[in-house]
Amino acid sequence: MTTLPTLPTPKKLGLVIDLDTCVGCHACVVSCKEWNTGGYGSALSDQDPYGADVSGAWLNRVHSFEVVPEGGEVVGEAGQARIVHFPKSCLHCEDAPCVTVCPTGASYKRAEDGIVLVAEDLCIGCGLCAWACPYGAREMDLAAGVMKKCTLCIDRIYNETLEEVDRVPSCVRTCPANARHFGDLGDPNSAVSKLVAERGGMDLMPEQGTRPVNKYLPPRPRKSLAESAHTLPLAENTEGAKGFFAWLDGMLDRI
Amino acid sequence: MHPAFSIIIFTTLSGLGYGLAGVLGLGLLDPAATATKCAHVLALALISAGLLSSTAHLGNPQRAWRAFSQWRSSWLSREGVMSIITFVPLLISAWTSIVEGRYLPLPGLLGTVLCLVTVYCTSMIYASLKSVQAWHTPLTPACYLLFAAAGGFVLASVFGFAGGGNTRVLPLLAVVFLIAAWGTKLRWRERMKRLVPLSTPESATGLGNIGRVWLFERPHVTENYLTREMGFKVARKHAEKLWRIAFILGGIVPVVLLLALAALGGQGWPSALLAAAAALLHWTGVFVERWLFFAEARHAVMNYYGG
Repeated sequence: MTTLPTLPTPKKLGLVIDLDTCVGCHACVVSCKEWNTGGYGSALSDQDPYGADVSGAWLNRVHSFEVVPEGGEVVGEAGQARIVHFPKSCLHCEDAPCVTVCPTGASYKRAEDGIVLVAEDLCIGCGLCAWACPYGAREMDLAAGVMKKCTLCIDRIYNETLEEVDRVPSCVRTCPANARHFGDLGDPNSAVSKLVAERGGMDLMPEQGTRPVNKYLPPRPRKSLAESAHTLPLAENTEGAKGFFAWLDGMLDRI
Repeated sequence: MHPAFSIIIFTTLSGLGYGLAGVLGLGLLDPAATATKCAHVLALALISAGLLSSTAHLGNPQRAWRAFSQWRSSWLSREGVMSIITFVPLLISAWTSIVEGRYLPLPGLLGTVLCLVTVYCTSMIYASLKSVQAWHTPLTPACYLLFAAAGGFVLASVFGFAGGGNTRVLPLLAVVFLIAAWGTKLRWRERMKRLVPLSTPESATGLGNIGRVWLFERPHVTENYLTREMGFKVARKHAEKLWRIAFILGGIVPVVLLLALAALGGQGWPSALLAAAAALLHWTGVFVERWLFFAEARHAVMNYYGG
């Protein structure tokens, strides 16, 4: 059914992505592709995979943005401009427009945990759900002719044959900077909900009215280069030296 | 947005077909005339060709029947369901005209209403998408409905001149609807040009409170499904020229031709052929208009791809 669950789902499983710690290594992108090409649904195909014009279906991608504050035009010059790496996958929206536009019932939102999925054997590959999504979370698999999207690694998170530590989405498990967190955002006491409350987690494009479940943690405020300058250790200054170094400092002064 | 050939063919041909079928349902043409019988066949052929063309862009067309199931929430599904229901009165009307040479008001008028409902459903597939701001306006269904009506009356005029009768009312109504359709489209386009983007790179990333956001690096160097489907830019630089071509071919020339023919008012092959030329030019203009409808529309996802 492509009507959304009428009641708020008891669980709202989703991701919390920390834009402060993401280093833009694309490990989550690769591990997502690797897990999902052999997991839920058809394989994630690539077209012209070894050629010059390679492309393919990916469920998670990392964009990089430069953010330039008022008055700062060049990175470093005003001391403020910064690069922010920006991982993006399905946000499992509460008012998911991709679900309601689906003509066949292939696209659906699970009533129990809020995960948005595609039943690939029902999908006709019309592409309307990808048009409806403002985030670009859905990509057509050109080999299978069906729509692909993040499943929140549904074949990992409930998989009791895996070690408990592995029962998280592949992108979360693989992130070397711990920039991705998985949990129930419907439970205010969950670790992810606390993290969102503490760090001021935000919605992407709230004006689109999609009410995304996934939250993004904004980069922490950065000190300007000028402010940081006085804390740098100066070779000339030995003030506050103690013990052996104080003695050495004194001796060397006397010589 | 990528202007897929199959979808442009679908919306323009089915629009023309439903327009002609809707006009036939009004009973303005002599049901016993051979020209009217041909008009019924052409209307059904245009609708069928359009609907078949729409399945050409599906990844799995063999499952297209599943699209009739989700009419509660999906405009695409509603469009599918309505297109099938509409065939019932249209086939009855075609049968009574072709075989019995009669016009029945009940299936006729019911067919007209259902044709309008089907075209409305088609337009709402686009108008319901908030992610494509240019389409997300009541002006979109207004344009689709008026273009269908205009095309219907232009085609009906051809068959009127070819023997169906009513050679003053039909071309004059065609002129009225042509002016209404292109006028509404002009308003649609002015609105699109003045749009303040609902979503920006700042709102898309949530980084607007730090400063101005611009794309530093794409996730990959080559194109992907999203940039091909949503990031179509190739001929936007020719948009103004194409718009003028569409307006002149699809609007001004047919209006002038049909006004002249209405003034002369006589049936016969020369008039019918001139009206047919007007219809062909109108379709060409609408084809270009529909191409621009897709090519000029910007999708919110491009905020993540640097425009």
